Parts: sequence; structure tokens; C-alpha cells
Amino acid sequence: MIDRRYIRNFSIVAHIDHGKSTLADRLIQLTGTVAERDMKEQLLDAMDIERERGITIKANTVRIDYPAQDGHTYILNLIDTPGHVDFSYEVSRSMQAVEGSLLVVDATQGVEAQTLANVYQAIDADHEIVPVLNKIDLPAADIDRVAEQIEDVIGIDATDAIQISAKTGVGIPDVLEAIVQRLPPPPEGDAEKPLKAMLVDSKYDPYLGVVVIVRVIDGVLKKGQRIRMMKTGGTYDIDRVGVYRPAMKDVDELGPGEIGYITASIKQVRDTRVGDTITTEKKGCETPLPGFKPSVPVVFCGLFPVDSAQFDDLRDAIEKLALNDASFTYEVESSAALGFGLRCGFLGLLHLEVIRDRIEREYDIELITTAPSVVYHLYMKDGEMRELSNPADMPDPSHVDRIEEPRIKATILVPDDYLGEVLKLCQDRRGIQQDLTYAGSRAMVVYDLPLNEVVFDFYDRLKSVTKGYASFDYEITGYREDRLVKMSILVNDEPVDALSVMVHRDRAEQRGRAMCEKLKELIPRHMFKIPIQAAIGGKVIARETLSALRKDVTAKCYGGDVTRKKKLLEKQKAGKKKMRQFGRVEIPQEAFISALKMDG
Amino acid sequence: MTEAAAAPPAEDWRAGGFGLYLHWPFCAAKCPYCDFNSHVSRSVDQRRWQAAFLSEIDRVGRLSGGRVLNSVFFGGGTPSLMDPDLVAAVLDRVRATWPLANDIEITLEANPTSVEAERFRGYAEAGINRVSLGIQALNDADLARLGRLHSAAEARRAFDVGRAHFDRVSFDLIYARQFQSLDAWRAELSEALAMAVDHLSLYQLTIEPGTAFGDRFAVGRLAGLPDEDLGADMYDTTQELCAAAGYAAYEVSNHALPGAESRHNLVYWRYGDYAGIGPGAHGRLTQGGTRIATEAVRLPEAWLSAVERGATCESRTPIPAREQAGEYLMMGLRISDGIDLGRYSALAGAPPDPARVAALSQAGLVETDGKFLRATPDGRLLLNRIVAELLPD
Ligand SMILES: Nc1nc2c(ncn2[C@@H]2O[C@H](COP(=O)(O)OP(=O)(O)O)[C@@H](O)[C@H]2O)c(=O)[nH]1
Ligand SMILES: C[S@@+](CC[C@H](N)C(=O)[O-])C[C@H]1O[C@@H](n2cnc3c(N)ncnc32)[C@H](O)[C@@H]1O
Ligand code: SF4
Ligand SMILES: [Mg+2]
Repeated sequence: MIDRRYIRNFSIVAHIDHGKSTLADRLIQLTGTVAERDMKEQLLDAMDIERERGITIKANTVRIDYPAQDGHTYILNLIDTPGHVDFSYEVSRSMQAVEGSLLVVDATQGVEAQTLANVYQAIDADHEIVPVLNKIDLPAADIDRVAEQIEDVIGIDATDAIQISAKTGVGIPDVLEAIVQRLPPPPEGDAEKPLKAMLVDSKYDPYLGVVVIVRVIDGVLKKGQRIRMMKTGGTYDIDRVGVYRPAMKDVDELGPGEIGYITASIKQVRDTRVGDTITTEKKGCETPLPGFKPSVPVVFCGLFPVDSAQFDDLRDAIEKLALNDASFTYEVESSAALGFGLRCGFLGLLHLEVIRDRIEREYDIELITTAPSVVYHLYMKDGEMRELSNPADMPDPSHVDRIEEPRIKATILVPDDYLGEVLKLCQDRRGIQQDLTYAGSRAMVVYDLPLNEVVFDFYDRLKSVTKGYASFDYEITGYREDRLVKMSILVNDEPVDALSVMVHRDRAEQRGRAMCEKLKELIPRHMFKIPIQAAIGGKVIARETLSALRKDVTAKCYGGDVTRKKKLLEKQKAGKKKMRQFGRVEIPQEAFISALKMDG
Repeated sequence: MTEAAAAPPAEDWRAGGFGLYLHWPFCAAKCPYCDFNSHVSRSVDQRRWQAAFLSEIDRVGRLSGGRVLNSVFFGGGTPSLMDPDLVAAVLDRVRATWPLANDIEITLEANPTSVEAERFRGYAEAGINRVSLGIQALNDADLARLGRLHSAAEARRAFDVGRAHFDRVSFDLIYARQFQSLDAWRAELSEALAMAVDHLSLYQLTIEPGTAFGDRFAVGRLAGLPDEDLGADMYDTTQELCAAAGYAAYEVSNHALPGAESRHNLVYWRYGDYAGIGPGAHGRLTQGGTRIATEAVRLPEAWLSAVERGATCESRTPIPAREQAGEYLMMGLRISDGIDLGRYSALAGAPPDPARVAALSQAGLVETDGKFLRATPDGRLLLNRIVAELLPD
């Protein structure tokens, strides 16, 4: 059994691109955990998509042996947490599994919104925090200013901040020493007590089945044990116990304070809930760990195959992805406009994008994604409460007493030159300002916003109005009533269900006009003119007319051109496949998303 | 699903006549808009080409012997770069191979430079009785932008030389050019009509992928092209001015006084039979009741050496009756006669979808008397859509 005094469990919190993965690589490299020849960049980011986007979706862990200056060899367990707001619950569980954090801030950038969101999670988990200023090799590094910012904005002491360059390796030994000296060992556990371990995360491996990352609190995890998941109730026999270095390496057992993995012939990730408590089937512990929460999707959209013959492929793909991700939901949706597809629920927008990209890329299915929607609470006149996640399903408003929508607290950090733009954007999106403070030349604004106004293109707009200088994070705060209505879009007098949206009544005209104008640009001219209308109930609130096509003829046609023209017609027919037919009108697939983008 | 596809009449081609197309693949320079099979070559051994053409005429003659030839067309490339001797030898062999219709039309496409005009007498002596001049524009600035080697004045002189030597002279203009206004085109077309004899081909500039214009267009560097509405207005103006001058729009881009239509092109549009000889030439030849699509090797050198070696120089693909119906529809709706519904139905196994015909005719785009189906003047501008609509799925 490993003496807990020589264990340090920690995570790294950072805004994206501040150097978390690079630092992790350096720590692994300097301690010789991975042979030099096996070193590749971003060791912990396993999936292509993670590497490409520089984001982490699943928690990863690595065990590092470190011979410290005091003569003892310490075991350092790093948990790399997903950094994105979509996975904030998963992050909170990872944080609970360790005792300290390295707060990495890019010394050329300073504190960003994600720095804040993540460090608050660490503070909530009672972590000891060691500030680390990274990228000091760059001339633009402003160590004093950023240290001051950490003190002002976050409120932690930065006098002993470690100055490093994860790129060149400067300061890495100091980081290792600080982990040992400044972070606490795991609290005393009892190896003799019944097993109590936290399920930190899990992933699907095609050869091993589900691999579960665990943190042991009390008792000992061993091969052959029969375990029970306290929330889901499932029981399993442990096949393997091990640690990541970062390759999988089996060990005999994991005792109190240790972090590692188990496999137990678990078929799907759905059977393992992040935050669940693992104990033995017999003589198990009595009370589970606090803080467990089932994950609840907050953003919904329809995914439809461009080629409707691929629906079964789409369903297969989703089922396979679901093997590794218990946090999204899906059910078959049939749209008059788009045929058969899946209505899927996600933890957030990034989560949606990641899953959609993986379907398109790994399964080669081209998708039409309908506008994301949040979950509305409809309070019916008969007292019933209904959840609405697809505007097309909105019941007759005369039966609805009131509608509530989810709200968020959004934190935005922005150089003050762009503050005006940000305030205008938030105001336009029905935001209510809650706080505005300055740290140096940067402002921090906190807004209460409807989630509905954010899920779509808020982040894109924010980036564009601030030239990429703003950072943004949010948390969901609850539901509030507002004057919401369903707006339908009629193309050539026929309603297109996939284009219906929920909007605030006061903004309906403006949104309706914008959507009709956009659609007029997106739909190609036809042989007849096409009215495009926005309506609330039976009342038309905006209208545009797409004039008829005037010219589509091959000017010159010689004998030989028959063959060429035939090819052109065939191409034209193939192009039609990318369109969806609504009555006599063909709508290009990209229209379903682009129509909703707001330029102003 | 058993739809007894009636066998098409074996002699279907007779409805459209029989023509011979000869392709001369060389030009003095490549025009930036042109995607024809045309090549610039420093030296062309005209005698080798002559021998190759003659041997191909012999071969094709054996496949279609005894048929009455309605037209011969020397197209390009720039056939006016051919030696008159070559043209004479080819036409001699043609006369020895097929019986000629009394009113046979023998056209040569010519570029209107002074050098080429010098050869016109020789062509006339060889038997050419019609020239089609690629004048393209009547002002020098636009000619330069189109990459042409002649000036407007030179073109007019070539035109006069042509009139002196040939019974029939037509010329081509390309409009809807860069920076061309509707008024400018109206003025230019009036000039052209004043100058014309009895036939004009008026093509809207088409940006073809793979050409210099195509490349520039793709990167957004081809300025001043008309938008769809201006293009349509220019087309309408063209119809209006030509009609007022008595030039019927017998095809989408072709206008003629009565009786002056190009017989050779009508063979294509009436979906007759035509033999194609020369690099990249296409043909449609009925043999033993089967219509065969032929397409010759495109590269001039490759074609030449294949013919010289006695190797196959073309692909030959039988066209199923339903596809013939599609081709007939595509070609036939271009001309004012339209398509013969009886002939179409025999090929397709069924008439065009009556519901779609009804919708199109209600929209004023086609009209039918039950025997023929035609595109209306409004419909012509949307012909690609109409054809796509009517083609059997
Ligand atoms: N110059 C310099 N670049 C660094 C340093 N640390 C990381 N980077 C670069 O910053 C970018 C983001 O680093 P990464 O570790 O992926 O950030 P993460 O998103 O926090 O995981 C990469 O291009 C790194 O090479 C450093 O100390 N100095
Ligand atoms: C086979 S081409 C070449 C004839 C001859 N070599 C010449 O250039 O004058 C026949 C005609 O097609 C027309 N043409 C060629 N390319 C065109 C294009 N891209 N757009 C419109 N018309 C075109 C021109 O009017 C040309 O005279
Ligand atoms: S337009 Fe005529 S002259 Fe110009 S390259 Fe084409 S074929 Fe040759
Ligand atoms: Mg990273």
C-alpha cells in the first residue's frame, strides 16, 4: 500500500491555449514517465477531435513518479479535466477527486473568462492553488501585470507564482517541487474500511469495454472484486486494475488517495455515471459520496441526413457514439420538411458541435442540423407543466398559461476598447447587466441572459465584434417567465416546420424580417416567384418575395454538346439532392442554420 | 413495372437529315473564353492532316454509304487556317463518297482577319458555299478584351470579301460581355442587323470552367459581367430587334430571314444523324437500327497518329432509346419547331409527363398543339430548367 503522504493529486486549470497540455507534456517528459522516443505532443488529448480543437472532452489521468529534493519519491496523479463550460459538472467531479490545482495563466494574455470559471470550480472544491505564469519566453509576457491581475480578479496571492515556459522547459522543476511542497497529500483514508471510490469518468474502448477512472477514498480496489455502483445499482466483477503512465499499466491494487482505472466487462458508458460511488457488492459502504447529479441536456437540435437513405446509418452512428458518451440523448424525429432524423439533446453547444463533427467525419454522413433550441417550460392552463425542446411541437397557445425559459449568468472579459460593442450585443440579446468591473485595461461584465439568445450564434458574434479579444463563460441559473411565442416560416405559403423558432414577442417582427431576408438570399430563384413569410399563429408579421428565375439556358449548343449538356443536367440533378423539396420549392440544406444567423 | 418500351423506328434519323462535321483543331491564339477543342501549334503538316481526313471519310463512308448528305460543316478551332487545297481535296472525296442533296449547304467557320480573307476565293473554288464569321464584337476595345486578333474594321473588310465570294455569309457576335450596357448592345446589334445578309448567331458570353475567363471568374477577378436580370433584358432586346428586322429566332441564339436557316445546325437540333470527323468530334450515326454516339480522341497529335496507324480513333456507344428521347428533347426544344410528340413518345416509350407539361404551359413556358411541343419565347430563357423538368427521371 502506498503511503498517502507521498501522493499528490492535482489538476491544471487554464483558459484554452494558455498551455495546459504543453505543461502536462513537460511534466511527463521531465520525470521520464514516457520514453523520449514515445513522446508526442499533447499526450493526454486522445481523440483526433480533441487534438484538433485543442479541447478536452473526457477527463484523462496520468501517474508520474517524482524523486523530490527531500529524498522521497512521490506519486503525482494529474487529472486533465475537460475545460469547457458544457462539461462543468464533469469538471466539478474531477476537481473533487484531487486536492490541489495548478492555475496556469498565459503571461502574454492574462486572466480570461475560462480561467475564472475553472478556478472557481477549484476554489469550490477547496483546492490549494499554485499560480503558474506560462510563456515567459515570449517578449510580450507581462509578468507583473498578470500577477497583479490574478490577485485583483481572482483574489488569490500571486507573490509566489511560478514563472515558466512550458515550451522551453524553464521553471518545470520548480513546478514539480511546488506540487510536492505546496499541495496537500490526500486526506487520511482507511484501507480497512469498506470500499468507497469515486467514478471520475469513463470511456469506451473497443477491446476492453468501458474503462472507468476512479479515485479511491476508503478501502482497496483489487482485481476479482465484485463491485456495485451505488446510484445505478449495477454490479460487476473487476477484470483489471491499473494506472495510466499514460499508457495503461496494470497494478495489484489501488488504495486510499490513489487514482487509476478499472475495467469490469461493462458494456456501455451509460451504465457508468460520473460522480457515482463505487463500493463492494457485499459489505459495502453505507453512504454514497455527495454531489452526484445526473447529466441533463440543455441544448437540443435535429440532425437529419442530407441523403435521406442514410437515416439508418445515422442511427447506427449515434448509437456507437452513445457507447462512449452518456450525456446526450436522442430520439427519432420526423419532420415534414426534412424527413426522418434524430432529435438530440446536448450539454451545450460545443458538445453538439463535437458530436455532429464526429458523425460527419468518422461515419461519413452529411448532416442537416436544425437551429438549436433550449428546453422551455410550458405551464398549461390545466396546471400541467410540459417541457418543449422542439418549437415545431409547440401546442396551441390558447392552452398555454405561461412559458418559462432557462437563463444564464454570462461572464465576459474584454479589453475596454470593445466594451461598448459587448454591452450592445448583450443588450440586443435581452440581457440584464449585473456587474461591470475593471482590472487594468480590461473590463469584466456579468450579464443575466436568456440561454435561448446564446445557444445560436452569440459566441460567433462576440468574437467578431471584439476581434477575438473577448473571452466568455456561462452557467445556467434557472428558469424565468417571459413573453415567448412560436414564429413559423412559410415558404410559398407552406409552413416549413424545421424553420420554426421561439422568439420574444417584442423581437418577433425584427427577427421575422431578418429571417425572411436571409432566406430570400439563400433560396435560389425558381421558375415562379416565391413568397417568404414569417407568422405568429395565423398572423403574418414579415414578408419578402423571391422573384422568379429569368435566365437559365445554354447559349451555344453544337452537336457535340449533347453529351456535355447531358452531363450538366446530371450534375444539376445531383445538386438537387442537396436541396430539400417543400411543395414546389427547393431549399438548400445550409439554409436551415444560416437563416437564423443574425448579422447585427 | 413492366413498361413495354416500343422499339424506336429504325429510320428515325431521317426525320432530321444527315450531315458531316469536320473538326480543324488549330487556332492562331487561344481566346480566354473558349473551351472548344482548339490548340495553338507552331507547325501543322497540312498534308498529313489531309491524308488523315481522307481516310476517315472513306471509313465513315463505308458505315453510311448511300445516304444523301444534306450538309457539310468545317468547324473548329479555326478552319480558315486550312489550306484551300486541303479543303478542296476533302470536298472532292466527300462528293465521291455520298450522294449530295441538290441544295447541300457547305459551311466553313472563318476568323475575320485579313490573312484568312485572302483564302476565301480558294475556299469558294473548292466548293464552300457558306461562311460563318467569328466577328464577336463591333468595337476594338471589346475585341481586345475578348482576346481576338482582329479589329472591327478588319472584320468588316473580311465580311465584304466573304460576300463577294459566297452565296451565304453569316456572322457570330458574343454579347453580355464585360461592362456592356443594355443601350450599348442595342446600338451594336442595330449596326449588326444593318450589316447582316440573312443570318446571325448571337451568343451570350458563357463563362466556362477551365478557360482563362473561368479561372478569373472563380477567384472573383472578372469584373463587369451582367447579372441575371441584365442578361435576361439583353436577351429580350435581342429578340425584339431581330424580330423587327424580320430575323426569326429559329433557335435560342440563331436568327435568320425565312429560308436562310443553317441547315447543318438544324440537323443537330432536329436530332438527325451526323458523322463527326477530326479530333474530339462527336457524331450520332444510326447503323442497323441502332443509334451510336461517337466521340473521337481529343488531342490533335493522338488523333492523327491513331488514324495514320489505322487504329481506332473514336469511342462508339449505343444510345438506348430512352436516352435518345432525352437528347431529342434537349436539342428539339431549342428550335421554334419544337419536338414532334409522336417521335418523342416512340423513343421514350411514353409522352412527357402530362402534369408537368400542363404546369409549364400554365406558367407560359411551353405550348403544345398535341402534335408538337415548343418552348415559348419566355420559356426559351429557362430552357435548362424546362428540360430538367421534362426529362424522364
Ligand atoms: N511560446 C510559448 N508557447 C507556448 C508555451 N506553452 C504553450 N505554448 C503554445 O501555446 C499553444 C497552446 O498550448 P496548449 O498546451 O495546447 O494549450 P491548452 O489549450 O491550455 O492545452 C500551443 O501552440 C503551444 O505550443 C510557452 O511556454 N511558450
Ligand atoms: C466553335 S466557336 C469558334 C469559331 C471561330 N474559331 C471563332 O472563334 O470565330 C463558334 C462560336 O461560338 C461562340 N462562342 C465560343 N465560345 C463562347 C463562349 N464562351 N460564350 C459564348 N459564345 C461562345 C463564338 O461566337 C464563336 O464564334
Ligand atoms: S474562339 Fe475560335 S479562335 Fe478563339 S480559341 Fe476558340 S476556336 Fe480558336
Ligand atoms: Mg489542451
